[in-house]
Amino acid sequence: MSVQRQDWSLHRKGSIDQQRHKEKVREAIKKNLSDIVSEENIIMSDGKKQIKVPIRSLEQYRFRYDTGRQTHSGQGSGKSKVGDVIAKDPSDQQGQGAGKGKGDAGEEPGEEYYEAEISVDELAALIFEDLGLPNLEEKRKAEIEVETVRFTDIRKKGPMGNLDKKHTIMENLKRNAAQGDPSFHDIQSDDLRFKTWETTVRHESNAVVIAMMDVSGSMGDFEKYIARSFYFWMVRFLRTKYTNVQIVFISHHTEAKEVTEDEFFHRGESGGTQVSSAYELALEIIKERYTPADWNIYPFHFSDGDNLPWDNDRCVQLVEELMRQCNIFGYGEIREAHYRSPSTLMSAFSKITDKKFTAVTIGDRREVYPALRKFFSTRGEPVPEAP
Amino acid sequence: MADKETEQLEANIARAWDLAIAMGLDPFPVNFEIVPPSIMYEFGSYGLPGRFSHWTRGKAYYRMKMSYDFGLSKIYELVINSNPSWAFLLENNSVLENTFVAAHVFGHTDFFKHNAYFAHTARNMVDRASASAERIHKYEFEHGRIEVERFLDAVLAIEEHVDYYTHLKPSSPDDETAKPIETPYDDIWLLDREAREKQAQERRPANRKFPKEPTKDILLFLAEHASGLEPWQRDILLTVREEMLYFVPQMQTKVMNEGMASLAHSRIMRNMDLDSEQYMQFATLHTGVLSPNKYSLNPYYLGYTVLQDIERRWDNPTADEIAQGRQPGQGWAKVLEVRETDNDVSFLRNYLTEDLVKELDLYLYRKEGEEWVIVEKDWRKVRDGIVAGRTNFGYPYLVVDDGDYRRNSELYIKHLYEGQEMDLSYAEKTLTYLYQIWGRPVHLETIFDERRVLLTFDGTQNTRKLLDEDDE
Repeated sequence: MSVQRQDWSLHRKGSIDQQRHKEKVREAIKKNLSDIVSEENIIMSDGKKQIKVPIRSLEQYRFRYDTGRQTHSGQGSGKSKVGDVIAKDPSDQQGQGAGKGKGDAGEEPGEEYYEAEISVDELAALIFEDLGLPNLEEKRKAEIEVETVRFTDIRKKGPMGNLDKKHTIMENLKRNAAQGDPSFHDIQSDDLRFKTWETTVRHESNAVVIAMMDVSGSMGDFEKYIARSFYFWMVRFLRTKYTNVQIVFISHHTEAKEVTEDEFFHRGESGGTQVSSAYELALEIIKERYTPADWNIYPFHFSDGDNLPWDNDRCVQLVEELMRQCNIFGYGEIREAHYRSPSTLMSAFSKITDKKFTAVTIGDRREVYPALRKFFSTRGEPVPEAP
Repeated sequence: MADKETEQLEANIARAWDLAIAMGLDPFPVNFEIVPPSIMYEFGSYGLPGRFSHWTRGKAYYRMKMSYDFGLSKIYELVINSNPSWAFLLENNSVLENTFVAAHVFGHTDFFKHNAYFAHTARNMVDRASASAERIHKYEFEHGRIEVERFLDAVLAIEEHVDYYTHLKPSSPDDETAKPIETPYDDIWLLDREAREKQAQERRPANRKFPKEPTKDILLFLAEHASGLEPWQRDILLTVREEMLYFVPQMQTKVMNEGMASLAHSRIMRNMDLDSEQYMQFATLHTGVLSPNKYSLNPYYLGYTVLQDIERRWDNPTADEIAQGRQPGQGWAKVLEVRETDNDVSFLRNYLTEDLVKELDLYLYRKEGEEWVIVEKDWRKVRDGIVAGRTNFGYPYLVVDDGDYRRNSELYIKHLYEGQEMDLSYAEKTLTYLYQIWGRPVHLETIFDERRVLLTFDGTQNTRKLLDEDDE
């Protein structure tokens, strides 16, 4: 018989397998991004909290009894009797009565699944892992260099103002302990430690998203929600690439105006649609506030495409003008699946061949993610010229 | 734990050992290892030190470690059934806590040594498990980590389906003839293998059952008869089976084993000459371990209470029992006999009496609508319900009924239904794993809503159908 202790500090099996489990969680999330991207509790959150993502593929299936239809044994405190309720199942809304048909077995709402916790930022990193910003190079010269000072090192000599008290005390304790008296006293110049700094150059870069949306009578809650999910991720993505990202919200029906974020997503208007009004306002704002020399500009427009027919040609002209000043121009048409043919606006846009132009059609929530991917797939690689 | 404390602990453990011998226990000697929490939780989630890697273990480890870090739960003791046994103590426990754990551990190692169900366990399992882990690690190099992981996913989904009694039965000689030795020129036989297989099919008489008797050991059956497996895959099947066989006795005797260990710690600690403050600490620990639970039976409490009751009843028999020949004062001898010959099922069926069911306020409950409601207090039905929950250590009893179903090499598994219905949607997902190993369509027959149901996975989709009474 013996009592021993060994050094276990290099033993890492548990954490290695834990790492593999984490990888599998990430894989599972990636596979389900289409569903997760337009999850309401993420889009409506402040973007800071941890969110829970259900993952069914990591369930450990086995042959087991149906707990909901099985008797279990328990122990009371002396006074239990038949009919006592010992627990309630809040998640089970529909109530699984005994003796239902076999088809319902195990598919009750209370079915367990594994939930992974992940922050919105981690999720954004997963979504944009292999995406990049198209047409970035022309803005390189617009980056502003900023000098900053960072305290990064500890040295023995330095000005008293930069004395690092914590390290000085630690050195003093060490020296005293080495002499057999582990206490803090008798500071000598050998004990002193100073912080030193180095200067680094940081590249400031700016981006502005010009979010345009049709708020005419034909745009309902569904259309607005889709636009909102899209902008939510888009802004998050641009923040990973630029130090300063601003958003301008423009809503339009037959005329356009700049609005607050809240108004943008919540106020509905009625009336017809004249898309060119929004593009004109966007050009004006760019001219006044965001010189293309200093700003990376990302105009995006969401509409259901029901534009006044005589306005379409004007729109194409304005989009071409916008593309001369901006990194990319995105047009998203939100049409629920029962509309089969593209709108007249979309047909007009189909004539544009510039690779800065991207148009997508979104028919349901699951298509937000593919749309994001389409907008941000790196088009940096040279497109072969037509012979 | 400082050196001074370690010395104190060693002295306490030596004293606890003497007291264990004095109370009539005969434990395996124990090597105690003082470890940090991360190691304790790793061994706890893997079941054995050095066992093979799999992400499910990492998941278990993460959960256990989290709930420890948040102060929600704490493993006190971990003991390995080997000779000498190996037990782990948490380094940040107090000396008293670890003495308590050591006393508890002696109850376990006595049980390992004497209980009949442990007689055939591999006492060198730690070494075997690390050797297997090394082999599986090698397969990861040779065949790819994902490939090995995918196969382990499938095998671990059915790992409970082994038969502890197989190695007590003689294997039937004509089930499988010895495999010929492989040579580099074997591919020449491929030319007529198909023809020979067809012939074999035709030769097999219509009434010949395969396997002859339904077999409970699904893992062994797959390792021996699944046709498309690589040698490394058969090795993994047999490794998982071997390790499961090692754990089965512990799963079959959870209540008794914890009962004996609790009996040991309470008696040893009471004779340890503790001062009043230490005694209070011990009493708090003891009550913490032996506290009742509304939703499931606490095996420590249940086992401890039943064993104490046995001792009392055999020490002081009733007039009736004396008339039937029971001598007074046989209590401890009876406890030792029970710890040697019973498992949880027989233990509870024989010794969970009417008085105990009432005294412990045991009941059965089930889900009705959204509520979990107590449905049974009658002592016999409660006892039988508890025993049913322990049968086959709480898993459905499945057998391979036919390995050549429809004469098409399909696998037909039968659930020997004893009143508890299976989770059908889980079963369907598990069938896909079974298919992955067997390589041909798989079927599971069970009873649901008093009707015979056949679940099938044919490689692309799951189907369910009702079986008529006269249909086979």
